Order: sequence, then structure tokens, then C-alpha cells
Amino acid sequence: MLKFILKRLGSSFLVLFGASILLFVLVVNSGDPLKDLRESQSENREQLMQARINYMNLDEPWYSRYFIWLRGVAGCLRGACDLGTNRGGQQVNDLLANAASSTLRLVVLATVLAIIIGIAVGIITAIRQYSGLDYAVTLLIFLFFSLPVFWAAVLLKEYMAIGYNNWIADPTLNWTYIIIGALLAGLVVQAAMAGNAKRRLLTFAVVAGFILVIFPTLHALDFWRRPVMGPLVQLAIGLAAAVALTALIAGLKNRKVLYSALVTVAVGMVSYYATYGLLMNNPSWLLLLGLGIIAVLVGILIGRLMGGFSKGTAATASAITAVVMGVFIVMEHMTNYWPALLRAKPRPVATIGSETPGMDAHFWVEFMDKGTQLLLPTVLLTIVSVATYSRYTRSSMLEVSRQDYIRTARAKGLGERQVILKHAFRNSLIPITTIMAFDFAGLIGGAVITERVFGWKGMGELFATGLDQVDPAPVMAFFLVTGTAAVLMNLVADVLYAILDPRIRV
Amino acid sequence: MTQNNTTAPTEAQKAFDLAEAEDAKLRQKTGKSFSQGQLVRKRFFKHRAAMISTVVLIVITVFAFTSIGFGPIPGWWDKSYLAAGNVINGGKPTLSVVPEFLGGEGLRWGEHPFGQDSSGKDWFALVMRGTQQSLIIAVIVGLVSTAIGALVGALSGYFRGWVDSLLMRLTDLIIVIPLLVLAAVLGKMSNNLPGGIIPLAIVLGLVSWTSLARLVRGEVLSLREKEFVSAAVAMGAKPGRVIFKHLLPNTIGVIVVNATFAIAGAVLLETSLSFLGFGVQPPESSLGLLISQYQNAFTTRPWLFWWPGMLILAIALSVNFLGDGLRDAFDPRQGGGARKKKGFLGFSGRKKALDEATASTTPAAAATASGGAVATDVKPTATTTAGEGPNDAPASAEGPIARVDKNTDRGHPGTPRGQ
Repeated sequence: MLKFILKRLGSSFLVLFGASILLFVLVVNSGDPLKDLRESQSENREQLMQARINYMNLDEPWYSRYFIWLRGVAGCLRGACDLGTNRGGQQVNDLLANAASSTLRLVVLATVLAIIIGIAVGIITAIRQYSGLDYAVTLLIFLFFSLPVFWAAVLLKEYMAIGYNNWIADPTLNWTYIIIGALLAGLVVQAAMAGNAKRRLLTFAVVAGFILVIFPTLHALDFWRRPVMGPLVQLAIGLAAAVALTALIAGLKNRKVLYSALVTVAVGMVSYYATYGLLMNNPSWLLLLGLGIIAVLVGILIGRLMGGFSKGTAATASAITAVVMGVFIVMEHMTNYWPALLRAKPRPVATIGSETPGMDAHFWVEFMDKGTQLLLPTVLLTIVSVATYSRYTRSSMLEVSRQDYIRTARAKGLGERQVILKHAFRNSLIPITTIMAFDFAGLIGGAVITERVFGWKGMGELFATGLDQVDPAPVMAFFLVTGTAAVLMNLVADVLYAILDPRIRV
Repeated sequence: MTQNNTTAPTEAQKAFDLAEAEDAKLRQKTGKSFSQGQLVRKRFFKHRAAMISTVVLIVITVFAFTSIGFGPIPGWWDKSYLAAGNVINGGKPTLSVVPEFLGGEGLRWGEHPFGQDSSGKDWFALVMRGTQQSLIIAVIVGLVSTAIGALVGALSGYFRGWVDSLLMRLTDLIIVIPLLVLAAVLGKMSNNLPGGIIPLAIVLGLVSWTSLARLVRGEVLSLREKEFVSAAVAMGAKPGRVIFKHLLPNTIGVIVVNATFAIAGAVLLETSLSFLGFGVQPPESSLGLLISQYQNAFTTRPWLFWWPGMLILAIALSVNFLGDGLRDAFDPRQGGGARKKKGFLGFSGRKKALDEATASTTPAAAATASGGAVATDVKPTATTTAGEGPNDAPASAEGPIARVDKNTDRGHPGTPRGQ
């Protein structure tokens, strides 16, 4: 295995090296770096030119410029990276550090969301193959594939951001939208749940009725501007999550799983009170991360202790329940500061920039500010990725579902839930692993357009500006990140692939 | 890879097995037999989405090229996309399709059907010119990337050894640079060349052949072990003849399907590049450029934004559906016939399918069932091969995933997994 990994790594880095030469030569030859100065009328023109020539080493031939760059990059191995200077003399190291943090925030979030949503949609459409839902989702996915990202971005800005911001200033109840939303949600859920006509009708009525009731109620409580949650809502959400998860992955008949999920809810309620003061008074990113990890570990522990013969399933159910409760506890703290955010930022969903400049407020207000700034680009990137993931999951599931071992699983009397989750889904994950790795690396590249449209100062902007000014240092820095991400992710995929599928081990 | 060479049937072989079963059914029904090409054509014409897409594409093409004319040939539309004019009525579109009795202004084409931009240029002419550019790019990219991809794939699959290593390393070199980045750099360089949009199109073709090369290589690797290739070699056929007469025609399904997805990707890529400013430059027109110029005018003059965007969407969507239909026609495992059967021993309609399978006594139905089984039984081996794996796993079965194929391939720098 180690030899396999080393061989892969070695050949990948050779390829990366070759590609860096190719890209460097192409960028250097893509135009005249001094063009704007040649046309300039300013008095210190010669001086500016000389400064730029010094910064960019323009007096050297291309290969020596490349080696200067390579020597700086090789310094990374000693822990002292030097990615050179851009044409204005700024250190690319600093530029990249700023750019990478905002781009990674965007790309990581979009990837995680896309994986969760995409795989879920893929499984559902594979189970309901050739149903109305399947055709509708397929059509949507083709649409997402063919969507010009920059065009969709403008639509999102117009209808999601500006529309919402206008509405939140003075929330009104629009019955047309609520009724359309209720009917649509009812239709989708009944199509996903399937069953006979009576069950479908019931599902439809319950979902549509719920939406028709909840929106006017929330509106009457002025939830949109002054949201409150409280312990009762937390408890209700926790219980709903525990029951739904058990029903989904084990079946309600499996009491061990159900009880361990319910115990997790109880522990969650205790920690809700225990962490309330802490999260309210001095929250930090580190604290949130630490609490999240503890929540998962506690969930797994409860599942393993109480699960008995189905401790694996119980651990999964409990851990996910714990995460759901954790998310909602965080949401409760966010809701407490929502009015404060609305005061600081009357139009919450932003269309430009990665954070509101000069926002010096409480942690939660800043947290939500970053969140609202992230919203639109994340939605956009997620939409594009979801199309890929769901399509791949669907076909991978269908492919697996025709295998003999699925027939065997059914023949020996396993329930449909176990056949789908344990036998079909796990095996269908094998090809999906590969895409996960590549989608992430690809998304960093694809973020170029998204960042341009939403005015983010990210890596995409670094690249686009660099190329526009025939300045190789920023472009190469961008390539270094995407290329390394591609190679590393690829390696992870290879290793995962070998772990998941012993047939391809060397 | 060795085990694959000897045991795993190729895509074409699998498609053939199913096609044979389908052929048997058809013969029983019509009393005639059909060639492989006829069957593919039949399946394609039955694919409704693909047929609608074909019509849409033809309409768009005819409109784009006849309206403002092309090159020296004048069109029926009297306004030029370069000539500025007076802005009439704020540049609002004069096109109306709502009949008078519904409160509209009746069916009317008007002076400026799509409206005018801020300098009074006719938006219809501009958009048609942009569509022309997109279609030209689509055709050129399709040709260039298919030619390079098929050739590289066939050469490295047929000769193996150092030729294979060299060509696949070259492919990796291009794959490891993000497509948009490479296209942007080359697009910027091509701006200085004469010939309008042609250099840009060729450049886009030069960067988008990699996924096809990998897919064709995988196919050729297993096809070259077949008896008909050995027979041809034994009769003294030179490598060139074997590749062009025997191997490439057998991979035509993969090539055609992949070419359509490459075309759809290229149309989107060109619009993205033009949007970023590295593609088509003003005063020329391109759909992406038009959107980029007026993206902030959405609230005041939405037509400047809607028309080019909808046309990009229409072109890309119909090309993608076309590819989907072609894939179903060449590789009927998932589309066509199976679609009507409501599940193929899959999850849904499992009971029904099982009932059918047990109840069917006619030889034709049995043949169909066994055809399906043959096609599916060989799957596991396919996922273990590098070149073929990503093609075979979901990509060959699913929609416009050409882009994804490439990504999936990225990691296996040419070394076959099975070795």
C-alpha cells in the first residue's frame, strides 16, 4: 500500500511540475506586462517601468524567471515559502493567505452541502426510478448542468437577495406564495415517500396543511424579525430528529436504536442548559468546533453503550441526532441576535463582498453577517455540484442494485431498508469517493466566476487579475493551490478507493 | 488491466448483446431484421427529449444564420449588430406575443424585437450574432476535441508501452491545470491572432479533448484483444488501418456521445471566458460578453439580460439532451426499452419485473431478459480498470457528465489499476 501511495505521489508531482512549466510559459507569453505603462503619459514613466521590471524580473529570460519562482516554492519544503511578488511589489504570500481563507470557506461549505443534498437526492431518485419525481429531478439537473453560472448569479441576486431584503424590512403574508409552496412541498414529499394512493394523499395533506398553518402562525408571532425558539422547541426538534432518524435507518421496531437516540436527546437538553451561558457570553469559533466534536463523540458513545446487537446503527443515529440538536442550539443563539443584526444591517442578504466592512459587533452578529454574505455564492456553487453528485449517486445506485448480491440480500429475507442502506448504498459510495475529491479541486477553479460575480477578494480574483496584467506570480500561486489540492485529493480518493474496494488493491 | 483485456467485454460488446435481444423482439414484431445503425437510429428517434432538442437546435441555428446573414451573405434582418442608433422608447423590446383579446398588443415583431442597448444597437442583431459565435465555437470545438481525443486515445490504447505512458502523461499535464484557467490563458493569447473567433474555438478544442482520450483509450485497450483485430493483423494490416478501420468505428458510440457533452461544455466555457474578459472582445458580440456588459442593468433593462442568457441555456440544454438521447441509443442499458418496463429488477417495480420475468414464456421476452443479465453481470470487472472505470461506472450511464469524467480520470495518471 505504501509503495502504491508513494508511486502515485511521485508521478503526480512530476505531472504537477510539468504543468507548472507549461502554465508559466503560457502566462508569460500571453501579453505585454508593461502595456499600460507604455501608453501612460505620466512623468515618472521610466521609473515605474524600472520598478516593475525589478519586481517581475523582466530583464531575465523566461526560464530564469521560472527558476527564481521554483526556488521560492521549493522553500516551502523548508517551511519558508516565497511565492514571489506581484507587479506592484506586494508579497504574493500575503495576498494568497487572505484570498485562500475566503475561497476555502466558500468551497468547503458548498462541497459539504452538495455532498449531503446530492447523495440524498440521488438515493431517492434511484429508489423511485422512472417515477414523476425522478423525471422532474432529472430535468432540473439537466437545467443546472446547462446553466451559465454568472447568469444564474444575477437571477439569485435579484430574486433571492433583493426580494428577501425588501420583504424582511416589512414582512407581509403573501397567501399566493404560501399556497403554491404548500402544494409543491406536498407533491414532492408524497412523491418521495410513495406508497399507495391513500398513503400518498395523507402525506400530501399533512405536509401541505403543516405549511399552511405554520407560516401564518410564525407571522403572527413576528418570527421573521424577532425569532424565538426556547427549550420546548428544542425538545420537539430533538425528538422529531431522533424518531425520524431511527425510522429511516433502523425502523421504529428496533427499540435499542430508538432508545439510544432518545437518550441522546435528553443529554442534548441537559447540555442545552449547561452551555447556554457559555455560548451567550463568550463564544468563539474554537468553542463551537470543540462542542461539535464532543457532541458527535457523546452520540457515538451513547449508541455503542445502549445499542446492544445493533450498536453501529445506534451510534450513527445518536451521533446524527446530537449534531442536529447542536445545530439547532447554535441557531437558537443566532436567533437571539437576529434583531441586532437587522439593526446593524437592515438588508441582511448581501450581494457583494465576503463580509461587511467595519462590522465590529458581537460574535453572533458577526457570525450571521459572514453567513448572510456566504449565502448566495454558496447556493450557487452548491446547485452546480448537487447536479453532479445526485446524478452520479443515482446511476451508481442503479448500477449496484442490479448486482447479484442485492438479489441475494433480498432472497435471504432482508428488509428493503437494509438492502438499500447496507448493501446498495455502501457499495455505490465507491465511485462517488472519486468525484468528491475532484469536485472539491474543481470547485476551487470554478469559484473564479462566482467570486467575480459576487465581488469576493478570493483566489479567483487573484488569478483573473494576475492573468489580466500578465503577472505570472499570482497566477502560479493560484495554480499551486488548485494543483496541489487536485493531487492530494486524488491521492485521498485512491486510498479510499483501495480501502472501500479490495479488488483494486495492488 | 490484463484481466480486463481478456474477460471484460467492451461497451460496444455490451450494447451489442442488448441490441441483439432487442433485434429479436423487433424481428418477431415486424418480420424484418435491422442493422446496428438502424437500431441506433430507431432508438434515437424514439427519445422524445432528444428529438425536441434537435428541433430547437435547428430552429436556433436557422434563425441565427439567416437573420443577420453570415460573412458576405446578407440576411433578412435589416439592422446591423455594429451600428448604433437612436434609442427608441428607452430601448424596450417591441416583440409581443400576447394576443389582443388577452389584453396584450397582439402578435407583433416590431422595429427592435429584443430591444436596444444603451447606444441604440439592435439587441436582436447582437444576440443573433452572439448565437452564431456560440454555434461556430460548438462545431469547431466538437471537431477539434473529438479528432485529438480519439487519435490520442486510440494511439495510446493500441501501442501501449512508452507511447501510452507519454501520451497519458501529456493528458495528465493538461488535466491537472483547471480547465477554466488553461482556457482563460490560451483564450487571452488567441485574442491577438487574426481570424475573429476561430482561434478561440480551436484553443477551446485543444483543452477539452482529455476526457475523450481516456475513454477511447479504455475502449481500445480491450477491443485490441478481440479476434477481429488479430485477424486483421494476421492479414497484414498496418497499425493505421487497424486503428481507423477496425478500432475507431467500434468506439463510435463513446466518441459521439462524448463529443456532444464536450460541445455543451465548450459553449458554457466560451460564455464564461467572455464574461471574465478573456474570450471574445468587443466590438464583436458573444452571449457571455453581452451578459457581462449589462449585468448591472437587470432592474432597469431586464431584456438586455434575459435574451442572451436564455439562448445560452437553450443551446446548452438541447445539446445535453441530444447527448443523453445519443447515449441511450448507443447504449440501451438504461434508456429506451428499459424505461417503459418500469424498473429493471431495480428498486421500483421490482415485483412487477419479477412477475414478468417468471411469466414470460415467449423466446423474445426471454431473450430481452437474458440480454439485460448479460449486460449487467460484467459490471464489477469494469470498475477495476483505470481507463474504463469512470466511463463505465456512472458516466456512461448518465447525463452530461463529460466534465465529471475528466475529473474522475484525473487521478489515474495512465497507470492501469489492475496491474
